Order: sequence, then structure tokens, then C-alpha cells
Amino acid sequence: MSWKTFLKVLAVAAFSLVMSGCATKPPADYTAFKANRPASILVLPPLNNTPEVQASNSVLSYATRPLAEAGYYVMPVTLVAEAFKENGVTQAADMQATPPEKLRQIFGADAVLYITISKYGTVFAVVNSASVVTAEAKLVDLRTGQQLWVGTATASSQEGQSNQSQGGLVGLLVTAIVKQVIASSTDESHKVAGIATNRLLSAGTQNGILYGPRSRNYGKD
Amino acid sequence: MTKFRLSVAGTVLLCTFLGGCAAPRPPAMYQWQGYQANVDAYLRADTKSLDEQIQLMEEDLKKISAGGGAVPPGYRAHLGLLYGQKGNLDLFAQNVQAEKAQYPESSTFMDFLLRNFKK
Repeated sequence: MSWKTFLKVLAVAAFSLVMSGCATKPPADYTAFKANRPASILVLPPLNNTPEVQASNSVLSYATRPLAEAGYYVMPVTLVAEAFKENGVTQAADMQATPPEKLRQIFGADAVLYITISKYGTVFAVVNSASVVTAEAKLVDLRTGQQLWVGTATASSQEGQSNQSQGGLVGLLVTAIVKQVIASSTDESHKVAGIATNRLLSAGTQNGILYGPRSRNYGKD
Repeated sequence: MTKFRLSVAGTVLLCTFLGGCAAPRPPAMYQWQGYQANVDAYLRADTKSLDEQIQLMEEDLKKISAGGGAVPPGYRAHLGLLYGQKGNLDLFAQNVQAEKAQYPESSTFMDFLLRNFKK
């Protein structure tokens, strides 16, 4: 290989490396989201498919902030849970099975967010053990019944240990932040849940929820 | 000057890079203080007493007003709930009303709470 060819190959490699930082997944379909444009979101207590009993409360305590900062009004999560309990509904699965008309009638929210946690806690691997949290969410409009958005996110305390996670400079920074957050923590899984929930529910991310009416970015994405 | 210009250009370039494809994220809309931790403490129900939780929420609320920041969605309603759990229905109603006044989107639910939990 001549020197010139080598440089060309290098340039192509560098270029594709840079480009891989964005737009690797097919873009989500926001047609229904844009047609409905909810202003308020009811976050129901997450369905917990893990053996860790704290998982649901842990994720729920983090869910309000990213959605509020995205420009939505978020129904107060503790009062929502208490209102269900007052009516004899104590399990997240039963809360999530409530008919949408009933939810709209009591809470008056434009949309409901159903969260399911599939991983929460320590995963033991060959070399290292890690705290991993994975959750998915589905946003459904309570006025039209249309599904507006689905998303999934994962966070791990071992991010950046392998070369394949997150890519690029941004990935390195995210890794650094993750490490910093976790270093001082005694409740590692709870901290990791915070990172996973923020990734899942923040606006302005690839295939994430759109900005809501209270945000200055509303209607621009 | 040339050096300065170069470093400015470098910074701009770096920012563009780090920004990736996403639109620039707007600055934070609300002051959260310890709100998330307080919600977590309430949901766990075994870490802090109600009095302790109320005290933390009231102290943070003062800090938010002093800093001229916006109180996040759900904050006043959650504070009201803590008072309600202590049997203080006046402060429950007062905080629920404050939530409703700040966030009209909460009206249906706040009215439901006021109807169902009163003296």
C-alpha cells in the first residue's frame, strides 16, 4: 500500500468514526406524537420484572425530573401512588391495567407513561460485577388512545470498561460522569437507575421524547 | 490575538463536536434541590421520618424562592401530602392549592384530592 492510499484509508476510517457518533438507529416515527402534543404526563408506578423489590420506587423517584425539564407537567408521583392505594390498588401491574378513561377522569392528564423495568441490580460477569438497570417506557395519549412513543435505555456501573460502549468523545465523557457519580455511592443500583431513567426520559436525545409545551424547544424538534 | 482567535475557533469546533447531532439542550427550567431524594425517601418509607421530610422540603422551598428559581412540578403537592399524612389538613390544602395555582394542568387531580381529603 502506498503512502497516499494509506492516508486515504485513514481519512475514510476517521470520517466514519466521527459519523458513527450520530444517527446509527433508524429514526422513530413521531407522527402520532406531533398530532397529539400532550402537555401533561401521568407517570404510573413502574412494573418491576426483576427480583429487586426497590426497583419500582427507585426508578419512579427519578422519572419526574427529565420529563419536567423536557417541558411537561408531571403528575405528582407520590400522590398518584397514594390515590391508587386509597382505592385499594397497591400493585403496579393493577395500576397499569386501569382503563385509560378512568385515568383521564381522575388525574386529568393528557398522556400516561407506562414504565417496565427488566434489569435492576448486580450482574456478575467473568472479570467484574456491575450494577445494571434497563427500563422501557411507552407513552399513550389519554384523549385519543394513540401510542405516542416507546423507548428503552440501559445504564451500567461498568460502562467504558469495554471498548464497544457509547462511542466517541461524548461516550468517554458520559463514562467519566457515570464513574464520578458512582464512586461516592453506597447504593450503586439506585444511582445507576438515575442515569438509566434520565437517558430513557430526556428530550433532545436520539429517538427520545419530544419537547413539551413548557420548554423553549417546544415544536422545534 | 491570532492565538486567541485560534483557541476560540478550537473551542467552537470542540463544542460542535461534543454536541453531536442533537439540538442544544436548554438550560434547566427548575431548581430541584433535594426533591428527588425526598420523593425516594417517602417511597421507601423507612429512611426518614415525616417530620424530617417536611423540614427538608420546607428548607429547600425557601432556598428556591430565595434564588428566584421555579418550583418543580409536583413539589408543592408532595409537600402537601407530607402534611396530610401528619393530619395537618390546612397545610395539605394550602400546598395542593399552590400546586394548582402554579400548574393549571394539575387542576383535575388537585380538585380530586381536595374533594376526597378534607375535614
